Amino acid sequence: MTRIASLSLTLAAIMALLSPTAHAITPAEQLAAYSAQAGTPAQAARGEQFFTTKHGKDWSCASCHTAIPTVDGKHASTGKLISPMAPTFNPQRFTDTAKTEKWFRRNCNDVVGRECSAAEKADVLAWLLTLKR
Amino acid sequence: MIKSLKKQAALAFLIASSTLLSAHADNAGTAITPLPKYQQECAACHLAYPAGMLPAASWTHLMGNLTKHYGTDASLDEASVREISGWLKANAGTYKRVSEVPPQDRITKSAWFLRKHRDGEVPAGVWARASVGSASNCVACHGGAAQGNFNERDIKIPK
Repeated sequence: MTRIASLSLTLAAIMALLSPTAHAITPAEQLAAYSAQAGTPAQAARGEQFFTTKHGKDWSCASCHTAIPTVDGKHASTGKLISPMAPTFNPQRFTDTAKTEKWFRRNCNDVVGRECSAAEKADVLAWLLTLKR
Repeated sequence: MIKSLKKQAALAFLIASSTLLSAHADNAGTAITPLPKYQQECAACHLAYPAGMLPAASWTHLMGNLTKHYGTDASLDEASVREISGWLKANAGTYKRVSEVPPQDRITKSAWFLRKHRDGEVPAGVWARASVGSASNCVACHGGAAQGNFNERDIKIPK
């Protein structure tokens, strides 16, 4: 009986890990994954530069997220409030890989006109993680 | 037994009357509880515009072109697109005035919207105020917009 119970618990744990809706991850783990994918260490200074400058289109990342995203930003066309991007100021940021990927895909397309490389994502995330209270 | 029947009748009356209320011209189809996925994905960037304010054809067009969504990439995974599209189309506007596809599938370019917000109704210059920004910012004047309340008596035009 206890064996069956512990077996079903283990199964439940495995299912939780495999479930497509469970993407629980930390920002540091996401940074490590992007850096590994890029094959080069992330550079926070390069991330800041990428975030705050325009890339040939109307908006930079900072247009909506502010230049130092430890505070609320505002959507450049709808005006909707956007909570801080820096994980220290908003612990929900970069804790769900699917969500992170969705927003990088959309926003890089709007700002750069293409998807961002793993190196670019790593740089930006590395910089956001340097922003502390 | 009789008591519970009475209760049921009262409940049925409540449901029926709220349905009638939601059919009021200013709130046509707006009192429908939004699909959680619609709320989660679409209201991340803008108000969860009531499904009943556009015809099904507009929603089909919008949901099929999310990579080019009024100047931004709002692309979504296929499963979410299917779920949200299905819900929007099931709750789309069907009565005469909303059934017409407005230019660019914009609620704000619909004939009924323009008439309700014409010069005599909304003073000129209101749209340009920083507190309003644009006609698509319903909540600037309709404080209860996010809850589907567009009642005329609840309108407050900001300075």
